[in-house]
Amino acid sequence: MKLKTKIYSAILVLTTFVFVGCSDNDGDSIPVIIEKDFPGTYVQVDQMGRPAVNTVFVSGASKDAFNTTTPSNQGAMFQSMFEANLTGLSPAYANPGDKNALGLDAATFTGLLATDVLNVSLDGKTTFFDGTNVLTGRALADDVITVELILIFGGEDGLTNSENPTLSNDNVDANDKEFLTSFPYLASPW
Amino acid sequence: MKKSKILLGTIFIAIIGLITVAADHIDAPATQGTSADITDFYAFQGEDTNNLVFVANVQGLLSPSATASANFDSNVMIEFNIDTDNDNFENLVIQAIPKDGKMYFYGPYAPTSVGLNSTVFEDAVKSEVAITAYGSEPVIATNEGMKFFAGPRDDPFFMDFAQYGAIIGGNASGFNNPGSDTFAGTNVMSIVVEVPKSMVGTSGTINTWVESKRKQ
Repeated sequence: MKLKTKIYSAILVLTTFVFVGCSDNDGDSIPVIIEKDFPGTYVQVDQMGRPAVNTVFVSGASKDAFNTTTPSNQGAMFQSMFEANLTGLSPAYANPGDKNALGLDAATFTGLLATDVLNVSLDGKTTFFDGTNVLTGRALADDVITVELILIFGGEDGLTNSENPTLSNDNVDANDKEFLTSFPYLASPW
Repeated sequence: MKKSKILLGTIFIAIIGLITVAADHIDAPATQGTSADITDFYAFQGEDTNNLVFVANVQGLLSPSATASANFDSNVMIEFNIDTDNDNFENLVIQAIPKDGKMYFYGPYAPTSVGLNSTVFEDAVKSEVAITAYGSEPVIATNEGMKFFAGPRDDPFFMDFAQYGAIIGGNASGFNNPGSDTFAGTNVMSIVVEVPKSMVGTSGTINTWVESKRKQ
């Protein structure tokens, strides 16, 4: 009789313990079944490396395909389209041998751009272009669009004497709000 | 009166249409205007120059009135990809996924497979930060030398996009001076991660890009 009671109470205590364990569903107290917080597979829909690349160089019908092609395959699949669109867009590449301010001809420049990754230096200044450093990162205040316009429309002397001056600068040189010097760096929302 | 309102509405829709079709902000039919639409990606040295900062912005062109109700999509993962050996395959990823008002971060860690499909390796370093509410001071979390933020911010991108569209459309021959920032006064949903450089390499150059991935 006494033993039975002991067993019952032991079961009761055990059951309670298990139930308490279950209600704490972080899984900490149940070592066997650990529920994943984020199970399943996530499938790519968009990607981006350098600014405005998909916008400017990828034809409308290929934009989704570009976003779902891994960077390692982008060059082979899209470089020729980039080159056709660049030469179609800019008179600065109208003649054979034309180059941009980086000394890159249409094939070389679009070969660089078609692999849409952002190069980032671990050693020093990180900027899209600051007059000295080229493609060492992308900082918030970088005027990336004007840099790209110079490289697309400016020609060999694009930095100082653009072949197409009215197309080489959008004349918007800074953000509409000041950036912060500390984390999270971006300005508060409007 | 009514007519001019309708006309104004049509012009407004036309302008928005132009922006939606052409901006990198909303760059492709499958993502255009969705919660998975990446508007911009930044990677730069932090205030502490031993650190690197990654910024991914999604859901561009949010008006102030639309920002209060804007949310991260719990079915969309944002993945920062880092290639440390210049072959354009990711060696490290940092994954960010929202759930119940928080943004959870995994990594940086070496994924077991590369490419278009991702799973979350829940044994990786896990960090979290409460998603900052519109109008509140930014909530910042730190873990293992990293810093984290998620929430609405001013769109840091600036460009006379409307004029660019006019030029491409054959309706203008060049940019105006001064130009007009099409993105002035608009917000985005931002994810900002700062990591010690030692977590992503030692010296030289890394290649990096950001992806949005939708749960199947």
